[in-house]
Amino acid sequence: MARFVLIRVLQSIIALIGIMVLVFLLLRVSGDPVTLIRSPNMSEEQVQAIYHQMGLDKPLPQQFWLYLSELARGDLGTSLVKQRPVSEMIGDALPNTLKLGIPSFIIGMSLAFLLGMLAATRRDSIWDQGIKFLAVLGQALPGFWVAIMAILIFYQNLRWFPVGGMSTPAHYVLPVATMVFFMLPGMMRLVRSSMLDVLDTEYIKLARIKGLPERTVIWKHALRNALISPLTILGMLFAGIISGAVITEQIFNWPGMGRLAIEAVFGRDFPVVQAIVLIVAVMVMAMNLLVDIAYAYIDPQIRYQRS
Amino acid sequence: MPEPNTNVGAMTVRKAGGLSRGVRVLRNLGIIIPLVVITLLVLTAIFAPLLAPHNPTENNMLARRLPPAFMTGGSADHLLGTDKLGRDNLSRLIYGGRVSLSVSLLAIAITASIGTFLGITAGYLGGRIDGFIMRVTDMALSFPALLLAMLLQIGIGPGFFTVVVALSILGWAGYARLIRGEALKLRNSDFVAQARIIGASPLRIMFRHIFPNVINSLLVIMTLQVGMMILMESALSYLGIGIPAPTPSWGSMVADGRGDLDSAWWISLFPGIAIGLVVLSGNFVGDWLRDKLDPRLRQL
Repeated sequence: MARFVLIRVLQSIIALIGIMVLVFLLLRVSGDPVTLIRSPNMSEEQVQAIYHQMGLDKPLPQQFWLYLSELARGDLGTSLVKQRPVSEMIGDALPNTLKLGIPSFIIGMSLAFLLGMLAATRRDSIWDQGIKFLAVLGQALPGFWVAIMAILIFYQNLRWFPVGGMSTPAHYVLPVATMVFFMLPGMMRLVRSSMLDVLDTEYIKLARIKGLPERTVIWKHALRNALISPLTILGMLFAGIISGAVITEQIFNWPGMGRLAIEAVFGRDFPVVQAIVLIVAVMVMAMNLLVDIAYAYIDPQIRYQRS
Repeated sequence: MPEPNTNVGAMTVRKAGGLSRGVRVLRNLGIIIPLVVITLLVLTAIFAPLLAPHNPTENNMLARRLPPAFMTGGSADHLLGTDKLGRDNLSRLIYGGRVSLSVSLLAIAITASIGTFLGITAGYLGGRIDGFIMRVTDMALSFPALLLAMLLQIGIGPGFFTVVVALSILGWAGYARLIRGEALKLRNSDFVAQARIIGASPLRIMFRHIFPNVINSLLVIMTLQVGMMILMESALSYLGIGIPAPTPSWGSMVADGRGDLDSAWWISLFPGIAIGLVVLSGNFVGDWLRDKLDPRLRQL
């Protein structure tokens, strides 16, 4: 087990360095960041001073090394547009994203499990049909459009919920609903099919033959085993949640990481985009590592087979 | 006691054999309608210049935010109304479909080729190569594509090519994983063993013997990917990092209408319905193909 974890950690670090090189090169070949901040009446010496100050007059490998050592000191650079330390901007934005993401994740997961289990245990009933229909529709309609239609109905016409910013609890309703919309259909389908597979196994039949009450069979024997396959795609789901957060924050003008990223892209604010990509990459790696370890812990077959 | 048993038997027989005519027609409609939608999309995309009543990028300041023809104040000249610059919504919808479809099909061709190549290689060769390819695949599957699209937007600038790259750069991973599973099963089959005995090279086995046997699965995944790609493309153009304006695209049309929800909600409504309809149809056709060609993929 220790060996398995160690190999995974090493692999993640190598992958992270790979992503850093990629991001670094992509941003360096894309053009000269100085053209963004220089003004037409600057003298040649002043421009050169900026190059020197930003370290852009050094060879590429040395620039990369400088960049790495700055990162190691926790220095994410300075925004070209706002002239603020990037770490400060992210410090402002990240809590807002979490305030949106965590409730959405909890509500989304609970709903997915509830509805997925309901559909699986009452297979082919009206519940199952309805839930399947919702899942199919949910996977076909674009989330950003559904959110805009929700604004049209619940804000523009009914005036039930406010939109824009995050000042009152009511401001959370539509953004959280949008985020839930992004994660619900896929997860719901997965829980349903995973549960159906488990309900079809011999040990569930045995539990029923033993005369255990249906409640115990479903919630104790079946649910635990049905958790495994949703767990394995938690990594993929996480990627989906991040993409969903960017879109949701953009629609509802939510001052989080997603909106920061989009604004930085439009402003060609390299250091900010770079920092956000790196932070997300670290989060994705950590998430996958945790999932892998949890998976190996739950299912001994994986542990032996991979080490 | 045998009573309930015969009942069950009778029911299953009736279900399998004697579907009433009405049910059969209904069931076929479930595939006919999606096929019609997809065919219409392809035809309108090809013949867009002939079908669109107006130039999709021509502004008309005298006819801004006109409602669709079926509402009061609408005119037959602009069947779906106009947007805030007076551009004809129907024409933009037709041309937008052309953009979505070409971007998606190109990205699917690229991702399917790369993914199939890597999947067969990993599955057939096994060992360290398999381990390496599958680790990279896992990472690609768990990285948010949107973020890479943003990076590319800055790195190579906005454009058709950027969007195709953004959709392709991670999209191969799904193919690689599934095709690898298929190749792994085929590797141990008799015909592969025979090919090896008569001295076929690994490359020849991979592409002359294994590849033809994964084509069915490949077709199913490719069809199911049409919807995914169109959704991704529209999300990118909604955020403003897709095909740059003024080229119409469904996602950016929804975004354009965002500011006019109080006065001209139809600007956002129609492109969203178009996306939903096409993606739904693509998914239905994919499901149907899977049941026909490759029922084993069902669980996925």
